[in-house]
Amino acid sequence: MSSQDIPEENLPAEQGGTHVPKPADDKNPFADPGLPPHEHRIQDIDERAAKRSERAVALLFTVSMLATLGFIASFVAIPHDKSIYVFPLGHINAMNFALGLTLGVALFTIGAGAVHWARTLMSDEEVADERHPIEADPETRAKVHADFKQGAKESVIGRRKLIRNTMLGALTLMPLSGVFLLRDLGPLPGTKLRHTLWSKGKLLVNMNTNEPMRPSDIGVGSLTFAKPEGLEEHDHDFQNEIAKAALMIIRLEPDSIKDKRELEWSHEGIVAYSKICTHVGCPISLYEQQTHHALCPCHQSTFDLADGARVIFGPAGHPLPQLRIGVNDEGYLEALSDFEEPVGPAFWERG
Amino acid sequence: MSTAANDAPRSRGKAPAGERVADWADGRLGIYSLAKANMRKIFPDHWSFMLGEVCLYSFIIIILTGVYLTLFFHPSMNEVTYHGSYVPMQGQLMSEAYKSTLDISFDVRGGLLIRQIHHWAAIIFLAGMFVHMMRVFFTGAFRKPREINWLFGFLLFVLGMFTGFTGYSLPDDLLSGTGVRFTQGAILSVPIVGTYISMFLFGGEFPGTDFVARFYSIHILLLPGIMLGLVVGHLILVFYHKHTQFAGPGKTNKNVVGMPLLPVYMAKAGGFFFLVFGVIAAIAGIVSVNPIWAIGPYRPDQVSTGAQPDWYMGFAEGLVRAMPGWEINFWGHTLVLGVFVPLVIFGIFLAVIALYPFIESWVTGDKREHHILDRPRNAPTRTAFGVAWVTAYLIMLVGGGNDIVATHFHLSINAVTWFVRIGFFLGPVLAFIVTKRICLGLQRRDRDKVLHGRESGIIKRLPHGEFIEVHEPLSQDQLHTLTAHEQYQPAEIGPTVDENGVQRKVKGSEKLRAKLSEAYYGEDSQIPKPTVEEYKEITSGHGHH
Ligand code: HEM
Ligand code: FES
Repeated sequence: MSSQDIPEENLPAEQGGTHVPKPADDKNPFADPGLPPHEHRIQDIDERAAKRSERAVALLFTVSMLATLGFIASFVAIPHDKSIYVFPLGHINAMNFALGLTLGVALFTIGAGAVHWARTLMSDEEVADERHPIEADPETRAKVHADFKQGAKESVIGRRKLIRNTMLGALTLMPLSGVFLLRDLGPLPGTKLRHTLWSKGKLLVNMNTNEPMRPSDIGVGSLTFAKPEGLEEHDHDFQNEIAKAALMIIRLEPDSIKDKRELEWSHEGIVAYSKICTHVGCPISLYEQQTHHALCPCHQSTFDLADGARVIFGPAGHPLPQLRIGVNDEGYLEALSDFEEPVGPAFWERG
Repeated sequence: MSTAANDAPRSRGKAPAGERVADWADGRLGIYSLAKANMRKIFPDHWSFMLGEVCLYSFIIIILTGVYLTLFFHPSMNEVTYHGSYVPMQGQLMSEAYKSTLDISFDVRGGLLIRQIHHWAAIIFLAGMFVHMMRVFFTGAFRKPREINWLFGFLLFVLGMFTGFTGYSLPDDLLSGTGVRFTQGAILSVPIVGTYISMFLFGGEFPGTDFVARFYSIHILLLPGIMLGLVVGHLILVFYHKHTQFAGPGKTNKNVVGMPLLPVYMAKAGGFFFLVFGVIAAIAGIVSVNPIWAIGPYRPDQVSTGAQPDWYMGFAEGLVRAMPGWEINFWGHTLVLGVFVPLVIFGIFLAVIALYPFIESWVTGDKREHHILDRPRNAPTRTAFGVAWVTAYLIMLVGGGNDIVATHFHLSINAVTWFVRIGFFLGPVLAFIVTKRICLGLQRRDRDKVLHGRESGIIKRLPHGEFIEVHEPLSQDQLHTLTAHEQYQPAEIGPTVDENGVQRKVKGSEKLRAKLSEAYYGEDSQIPKPTVEEYKEITSGHGHH
């Protein structure tokens, strides 16, 4: 690293220096002609141009100061919930807009000033610095190898195999404690992914009205979301339970149901399917009544709800699980059991 | 104690204060030897060298704004009822994380700006890293001695993706929650250990009440800590190796030509930090990113349509969308290929580009240091490979937004998905062939330029009536620049018979290497650059040039 021998004076008079361009080589027209001569900028020759640059830089720095004052003024003066209309952007928060622009200008003009200064007033003469090979010279290399061998020899690690082996053993076993410490990050999976809140006799409660439903409440073509009775938004495990129990209810003409089991598990053409996509678990939210297709908005898996929720398009790997339903003595829709198979994305133990 | 013994007595008080402070520090830290080597260090200039700076500066901006956000953000999933100043949300049940993000956006003055700067800087950080990585790739700047720095940079890119992902999951809004669900579903697909990893990551079943707090420490401590270390290491290596440069007059593999760190480079680079910061601040003031108040708090049974991750996750999203939903059931187990295969491809796809420098150096067998950059055209096979990689990446990025593409261009989602599926395999092959041809065409043009000069646009009529275009000869600067690159010869399999005349077994790896080498540097893969003899013959034939 020999950068210290770059001449301090990079004044125009000094240019050229070490790199005098070689005359065109007769033998090799492709030879490296060396660094081209330095060309002066107008600021190097004309003091008035240099002064103009100086003023431009100073102006930029001054604008930055003003913008910072503008930032402070906006911060203090603009009510933080005020919304304004700015043409292509629409209604936006006035304070955010003012703060962003003033801060942006304050920063940008500092940068622009510095760059303009560097480009017009600082020396722009290119200089060459030598490179040195990264790898050590042979003597150093030999010395390091020898030093290492000497050190290894003095440690007797090569001779006293017992020490070496037990040390390796200790160092290998030791991290196991760390692995054990991670054990309580969570419970073992067990059969958690196989069960939901649904069970025999649980009423289907409308997600929107929070009321149990009668078959007559379900119109043909509409999509109704339901949760198991007793699960309330404020419950502390609501999120975990709804993530598995969320249900999608539709009514079909019984003779349009193509799948035999689907028909058996339905009630008067009303079928209940898990709302959780079997791909990676998004909730399904779109239903097209003509085709009986349900669509997952995440990756467009499409399920035919009239045919056992078969996957007809998209990356899902298996049908949506169906919930067996019926009506209780009072005429309300109820579950006849939990889902027969795990809901949501597939996993290794699913089988 | 006494400096008089080895120093000429100094007249105290005369030196400026700054110098005295520096002297003081040098006596304790030895900073002068460091400064001697670095203060006037030479940095070459080229617009593409600024891409790395964009990454560095956006990283600094992210850290600054991130620390500010930690002052107000509550990484907790406790359910609370909202009573803040954003009217449409009042009375809603939400996690504290979501609520505190609303508070940052509506009740902390300037909080929204900092949130938006943080998010925009993250988007630009990752875009910057991607483009910077491509710059390094296409110019061959990853060759010896810079392979390790290539790996550092690659790790930064991958960790950046995960930091971004954990970051935008923190507000616990409906959009990011959907992304977390996606991730959990993908984790479940991992054979044997999937359900365990999921339970351990989420502290039980999804979503549980732990993941925001856990993602928080990963997001603000673990990953940024590692990244900061890598960034510092990356920069130390850039200093140590000295920057690469393009070929040109006066520029050799043994020197570095440019301007000194102090003052020009420092002013330009320092100024550039403010430029980047200024632009990001202005964008954050003008363009809204991730307006979580319009999306709502996360509920596992609700979803917004058109759910999209930040751009840098789009590639993974595309893989998952394009893969057919294969599942294999056997002996009571399920192999969820439809999700697991994309996960594996994602890893392999990234590994390929990470390991590329080692593959290329094995094929060339070149053990020398390289400090002169390649023009992409002069390494046609590498360039074609890189373009093929980028093509596959972009096709999957499109695939990640297949629903948006479909609705936007009125196509069927089916058609878009099939286009992506086929394009993922066909696109890179086509891109490879086309790119290689373009490179060879450009090489041929360079060769013509060297031998016959530059087209001047002046048409001349010869005495016998023919029109010709006058070609101006190139200057020696240009001649040198266009012929400075090296051309490898394809490696051959060594003699198959040893000195005793015994047949030697040629190893498979040796054959593969010869094949690859032929593909890289064979006749079809490069146009021989003009030789001095050719040049002389043609120029002398032309009369005076
Ligand atoms: C290193 C790369 C980093 C990336 C790519 C990144 C990215 C992100 C993103 C995209 C968000 C979502 C913001 C939103 O739209 O709401 C976020 C949130 C957050 N980040 Fe970072 N971040 C990084 C580092 C950091 C660091 C170093 C800290 C703190 C020391 C931090 C603190 C936070 C906090 C507190 C939030 C949540 C607050 C909120 O969302 O408003 N981040 N991050
Ligand atoms: S989660 Fe439904 S298609 Fe991916």
